Amino acid sequence: MKNNLSGNDAYAGSQLNGIVILRVLIGWHFLYEGISKLINPYWSSAAYLLDSKWIFSSLAKTIVSNPTLLGISDFVNMWGLTLVGASLLLGLFSRYSALVGMGFVLLYYLFAPPFLGLEYSKPGEGSYIIVNKNLIEACALWVLYSFPTGHVIGLDRFFAKSESN
Amino acid sequence: MSENNNQENNNMERRELLKGLATVPVFGLFLLNLWQKMRRDAIKKSNILSNLVQENSEPAVIKGLSDSRHLNIGIIGYGGRGSHLIRGAGFATKGWTDTVAENAKKNKLDKQFETFMTQEDLNCSLIGVCDLFDVRANQGLDASINEIRPGGKPRSMATRYRHYTELLANDEIDAVIVATPDHWHARIAMDAAKAGKHVYCEKGLTRTFDEAIALHDIVKETGITFQLGHQNRQVEANEKAKQIIRQGLLGKINLVELATNRNSPWGAWVWNIHPKGNAKTIDWDTFQEPSPNKFPFGEEALKRFFRWRCWFDYGTGLSGDLLSHDFDAINQIMDLGIPKYASSTGGIYFYKDGRDVPDVWNATFEYPDKDLTVLYSATLSSNEPRGNRIMGHDATMQMGGQSGGGSIHGFIVTADSESTQYKERLEQGIINTKYPIYTYSPGSKQIDGVTSATSRYFANKGLLYTYREGKRVDPTHLHIKDWLDSIRSGSQPKCNIDVALHEAVTCHMATESYLQGRRIEWDPKKRALV
Repeated sequence: MKNNLSGNDAYAGSQLNGIVILRVLIGWHFLYEGISKLINPYWSSAAYLLDSKWIFSSLAKTIVSNPTLLGISDFVNMWGLTLVGASLLLGLFSRYSALVGMGFVLLYYLFAPPFLGLEYSKPGEGSYIIVNKNLIEACALWVLYSFPTGHVIGLDRFFAKSESN
Repeated sequence: MSENNNQENNNMERRELLKGLATVPVFGLFLLNLWQKMRRDAIKKSNILSNLVQENSEPAVIKGLSDSRHLNIGIIGYGGRGSHLIRGAGFATKGWTDTVAENAKKNKLDKQFETFMTQEDLNCSLIGVCDLFDVRANQGLDASINEIRPGGKPRSMATRYRHYTELLANDEIDAVIVATPDHWHARIAMDAAKAGKHVYCEKGLTRTFDEAIALHDIVKETGITFQLGHQNRQVEANEKAKQIIRQGLLGKINLVELATNRNSPWGAWVWNIHPKGNAKTIDWDTFQEPSPNKFPFGEEALKRFFRWRCWFDYGTGLSGDLLSHDFDAINQIMDLGIPKYASSTGGIYFYKDGRDVPDVWNATFEYPDKDLTVLYSATLSSNEPRGNRIMGHDATMQMGGQSGGGSIHGFIVTADSESTQYKERLEQGIINTKYPIYTYSPGSKQIDGVTSATSRYFANKGLLYTYREGKRVDPTHLHIKDWLDSIRSGSQPKCNIDVALHEAVTCHMATESYLQGRRIEWDPKKRALV
């Protein structure tokens, strides 16, 4: 299979459908994660950051202890997730947002990785060792970045078309 | 042919458009679901609360009153608690400010220094210090001149007095803080009132029942401004809880459960014996003057001087130290007053170190006219956070002690599965007994570094921090401020002598029950224990 940015027929039907569905589902997930934080006046990234373990834990504590940094962290998370989500769902600039989204979930993974010996105060919603859903979602976003679909199914199609014209 | 071409072009364009907009309906579906969810949540919220909870704003911070009149204060008993109270007034030792400033550098989450430095300047001076232990008296003097404080350089250095009567004889002193062991409270506070000084007295109010009645009457006669040291009176969560109970969210309340859990030598009053404590540095004879049993100075005396809460000679153990706090909080929330009956049992089951106060102790208080029992249960050998529970026919309020959630002195209200008030809403699934119908967690967006088990205990009880205008403040500071503001304005402070008497009589009823092995009855007409 060819990875061709401009070709409409680069993917076979089921390949295309599969990747578009993956993009839409991840977009939906991001969008709701973002909006649910936006509409909850009590949400803060502090609880998550405070429970951070491994290499980023001291950075996390620095962020939590500084109201300005914490405010920035809250803002970036709420709006970042929302915009990435909408972008993936609609297929608008979706290649870049896949990359940004991958950055988000990779950070979530690295701030609290499910490694042996790291104990978290909140129990996870599943059973993980090294690999968790964040890591998988990050990889899925990598796939979306590598196999872009916004220009085939999505608003990017209009931009791709006007460029080729 | 050209028509065919046109049609093909049109078809192409339509297909282009469809492909470009293919996921837009999914976005619409998302928005539809989001809107439905938000509407459901809003209906749920309005149905659950249905005008029951009127959101009052948090208590206002009274500003400017401190400017009206400068007050000179004296401290009698500059120990662990005394030094905290004096910090609440804006004076800390150099040793303390250095340590907490250092801690803040090491741990960014440690806000003690910041909380102290951003305290309001209460426009007062610490001009008299009285302590029977030289080391502590000198620390008090040090605190009076430390320039690291809210409001800058202090006006004057305090004078040390060896006996409290000398301090009371200083006419420049307007008000005194009494933070001695309990066996000295009544005498000092009464003498201070007679000398025209306003009094802030630590809890428990007195060591005995008779002293409590006598102190109450002297304060009333002299008309001084009296504040008992229950800083929980300043805690926003308690005011919120009061409001919710008044609005009937819990229904009829027949049982209240209060609990104390501690599990450390410090929490059991096995405090350090200061290495510099000896016959020369401690005025032991004055210390034990009002206590029933006398001991010669020696090892036993040192233990008794530094760990006085372990003996009935100087205090009332769990009763005056910890029940008093929980009782006063519930009295604040529910306006209970003095119970009709009290009984208690317990024993010395863990700390067999020569103490005579129980380390496991349970008390029940009956309010027949209110159809209510208050249960108090304490252990000094388990840290299990039980919290306090107010159990109503319609819902239960759980305060503090919640595991997880990170809730500091907040509370949750959960509906009862057999509630009458919520029957319909329970059946409709609008209210679920698994989830709280009301949650109060102040400063939930704020994080603090309260870590040690004992400070967490206090924080869960709301005794360390509360919030005003979104800023973290020490309720002890607010309580001192409330007292000083009341002196200036001539109003009654929040823990005045009347509610102080409720606390004292209730605690003494329970203590007497333990000591006498029988149920104690309060006779409000004769003001006597029967």
